[in-house]
Amino acid sequence: MNWNRFRQPDLILKLIGDLTEYKKQVKFMEVCGSHTMAIGHWGLRKLLPENIILISGPGCPVCVTPATIIDSLIKLKSVTITTFGDLMRVPGSHQNLEQARAQGCDIRIVFSPMDALKISQDRETIFIGLGFETTIPGIAFSIVNAAKNNNQNFSVLSLGKLIPPALDALLDDKDLKVDGLILPGHVSTIIGMMPYEFIPYKFGIGGVITGFEPLDIVLGVKTLIENLDHPRIMNEYSRVVRPEGNQIALDLISEVFEITHAQWRGIGEIPDSGLKIKSKYADFDAFRKYDIKTSDLEENPLCLCGNVLKGKILPPECPLFAKTCTPDYPIGPCMVSSEGSCAAYYKYER
Amino acid sequence: MCLAIPAIVVKKTHNDMGIVCLGGVEKEISLMFTPEVRIGDWVMLHTDFAIQIITEEDARETLAIFQEIPPADQREEKI
Amino acid sequence: MSHGSGAALTRQLIKEVFAGEFRISTLDDAVCIDGSLTVTTDAYVVNPIFFPGGDIGKLSITGTVNDLCMNGSRPAYILASFILEEGFAIDQLHSIVSSMQSTAEEAGVQIIAGDTKVVEKGRCDGLYITTAGIGFLPGGIHLDAGKIRSGDKIIVNGTLGDHAIAIINARQQLGLTPAPESDCAPLHEVIRILLQNTNLKFARDATRGGVATILNEICDDTGLGIIIDESSLPVKYSTRVLCDMLGLDPLYLANEGKLIAFIGEANDDLLSLLKTYKYSYEAAVIGQCTNEVKGVFLRTILGRLRPLLMLASDPLPRIC
Ligand code: SF4
Repeated sequence: MNWNRFRQPDLILKLIGDLTEYKKQVKFMEVCGSHTMAIGHWGLRKLLPENIILISGPGCPVCVTPATIIDSLIKLKSVTITTFGDLMRVPGSHQNLEQARAQGCDIRIVFSPMDALKISQDRETIFIGLGFETTIPGIAFSIVNAAKNNNQNFSVLSLGKLIPPALDALLDDKDLKVDGLILPGHVSTIIGMMPYEFIPYKFGIGGVITGFEPLDIVLGVKTLIENLDHPRIMNEYSRVVRPEGNQIALDLISEVFEITHAQWRGIGEIPDSGLKIKSKYADFDAFRKYDIKTSDLEENPLCLCGNVLKGKILPPECPLFAKTCTPDYPIGPCMVSSEGSCAAYYKYER
Repeated sequence: MCLAIPAIVVKKTHNDMGIVCLGGVEKEISLMFTPEVRIGDWVMLHTDFAIQIITEEDARETLAIFQEIPPADQREEKI
Repeated sequence: MSHGSGAALTRQLIKEVFAGEFRISTLDDAVCIDGSLTVTTDAYVVNPIFFPGGDIGKLSITGTVNDLCMNGSRPAYILASFILEEGFAIDQLHSIVSSMQSTAEEAGVQIIAGDTKVVEKGRCDGLYITTAGIGFLPGGIHLDAGKIRSGDKIIVNGTLGDHAIAIINARQQLGLTPAPESDCAPLHEVIRILLQNTNLKFARDATRGGVATILNEICDDTGLGIIIDESSLPVKYSTRVLCDMLGLDPLYLANEGKLIAFIGEANDDLLSLLKTYKYSYEAAVIGQCTNEVKGVFLRTILGRLRPLLMLASDPLPRIC
C-alpha cells in the first residue's frame, strides 16, 4: 500500500474544490492536537473555503498537564526521570525539565514506556505517564510488566486523560458554538465509536473520526457538511478504527487504572476525565511512592488559553500571542507543546 | 495528540513482540494489542505498540471515492 | 540552557555576547584575513562519540573543512586539540584519530599540530575536540550573501536530516536496523563543482537548525525573500517515515554533509554533473529567492505558501 496516496495533491485539491459548493458558514472543532498540527502543516485552514472554519480544541496532553508537577519532579534528585520528549520544555515555576537536565538531573527522553522499563533494570526510574487513550494501553502494559517481574525500581506518574468526558464538559459550555467535531483518529482506534455516541443526542451535533493525512481531514470536513442535518458519529478512518475499538487495549487499561477527576490546565477540573493507578498496583504508582504535587499553578491572568482550548477564540486574538508569549517563552499552556493550539498557530498560521 | 504511523510486520517473535519495517528500517515493537496480526500486515504504530491492524481494503475504498488520477509526472530536472 | 542547540537561541547568544564584544559578523563560520588566507575554528562535543556513519573525529575534520570551503577556499591545514576525560579508552582514541586522518586525506588537508589535555572524571563527557582550520582562497572568488538577487536558485546537495536521525537513533537507543547513517562528509568538491559550473553567489553548510534555520538567518541578514518548494525537497524515504514517527521536520534537522548554495546562472548540465559525484548525487533545486515575500516561505505540495520560521529550540522526538 502506498500511503502517499493520502497526500496526493490533485485528489485533495479536487475535494476542496467540491466543498466550495457549500455556501453557509460552518464551524468545526478539531479536537486533536495532531490534527491541529496536520492542518497547519498542509495549510488546510486557509485552503478551505472561507465559510468553513476549523477551530482547535483541547487535544494536547502536554498543554493540559499542570505545571507544578514539573517542580516536584525536579526535586526528586535521586531518581531517574523518563519522559516523552513532549514534556521537556513545559515550564515549571523556575525551570523546565530540559534546564534541570542541563544542571545535572538524570532526566531522559524515551520514546516508549518499554524504553523506561529497560532503564529501570538498574536504577530507580519514574516514567511520566502522560497521554490520552492512544498512549495509555502501552503505559498500562509497562505497569503490568513491572508487577509481573516484581520490578520495584519502576513506577509511573499517571497523568493519563480521557477525551470523551472532556468533550462533554467542553460542549456543555453554552458559549461554545460548533457545528461538528473532527474526532481524534488514534484515540478512537482504542476506544471505538461508542464513547462518542452521547454527543449527537446530548448536543445535537455530529462528529467524524478521521485520520491525519490531508486527504483524511478534508474528507472528514466533507462528511460533516454532508451530514449536518443528520448529526451522528461517523467513521472516515475505517482502515484503522473499528467501531468497537481495541478490546485488548481497553481491557488492559481497566486492569490497571480507575477513573478519577482530573485537572486540565486552562480548563479546570473535569469529572471522570483522568486515570489513577488501582491500589492493586500501588507499588508502581509514583504519586504514592514520592511527594509529587498536582495543584494547578496560578496562570497568568492575561493568558486566554482557557478560551483557546474551549475553541472560543483563535490564538491571535490573545493580546500576548507572538508578543510576550512565544514558543521560547511560553506564558500559557497552549504555547508550550509544539502541538498546542497557540504554538501551532505561531508556527503555521501567521 | 497521538502520532502514529503505518508499519509493515515482517516478523513475529516471542512474548507478543515483533519486527516491523519503517521505510526500509526495522524496529522491534510490541504486538500485544494485535495478536491476530500476520506477517505482511500493516499496523498502526504508536510508542512502539501496534495499536491496530490496518485494513487495506478500507484504505482502497476511501481512495476509491475519488476518480483515479494518475500521479503527477516526474518533475523537470533542469535549471 | 538550550543556547547550545544551534537555533534561534544560539544566534541570540552570539549576537548579544560575542558579536558585540569581539566585533564579529554573526553569519560567517570562517573568515578570510588578508584576501587569501581563510581561518576557522570549531568545537566538537557530539554525543554519542561514535555514531553510524562517523565519529567525533571524522566530524571534526568534515566540519572544519566545510567551514573553510564555504567561502570558496581550498582547505589545507587543520590543528586539533583534545580534551579527554580521565579513563577514556585508548583504543577508542586510536580509532577516532585514525578516522580523522583518513577523512583529512580524503579532503586533501593535513593535520599539522595539536594539543591534548586530560581532565578529571566528570569534568568532560568522554572526549571533546577543538580544531582550527586554514585554507587558501583562490583569486577572483568572492562569495557574499549580499550578491544574492531575486531569481537566484537555491540548491542543496542531497537528502536532508540524515545526521540528526542517526544521532537521535543512537542517543535514544531506538534500535533501528540497519541504523540510519549520518551524512557526515567533506564538501570541498561540491563547492568546486559549483564554482566551476555556476555563478555561485553564496553557500552555507546546513548544520545545526537545519535548512530552515540557515535560510532564515540569511534572510535576516540580507532582507531577502525565499520560497522553498516542498515537493522538491530531497529526503530519504526512511528519514521521512522516521520523522513522521518522531514528530520531526527534516527541514529543521541538522546535517553534516549538506550545503545550501545560492546560484545565479548555471550550466545546463549542473544537476547531472552534481549527480555524478558521491556527495551530491541527490542534489536538487529546492527553491529560489524572490522579492514577492519577506522572509522564508514554504510552498506546500498543496500549493499554499506558509511561513517557515526560525527554529526556536533543538527539535526533540515527541509522541504527540
Ligand atoms: S498566546 Fe500564550 S498567553 Fe495567549 S492564550 Fe495562547 S498560550 Fe495563553
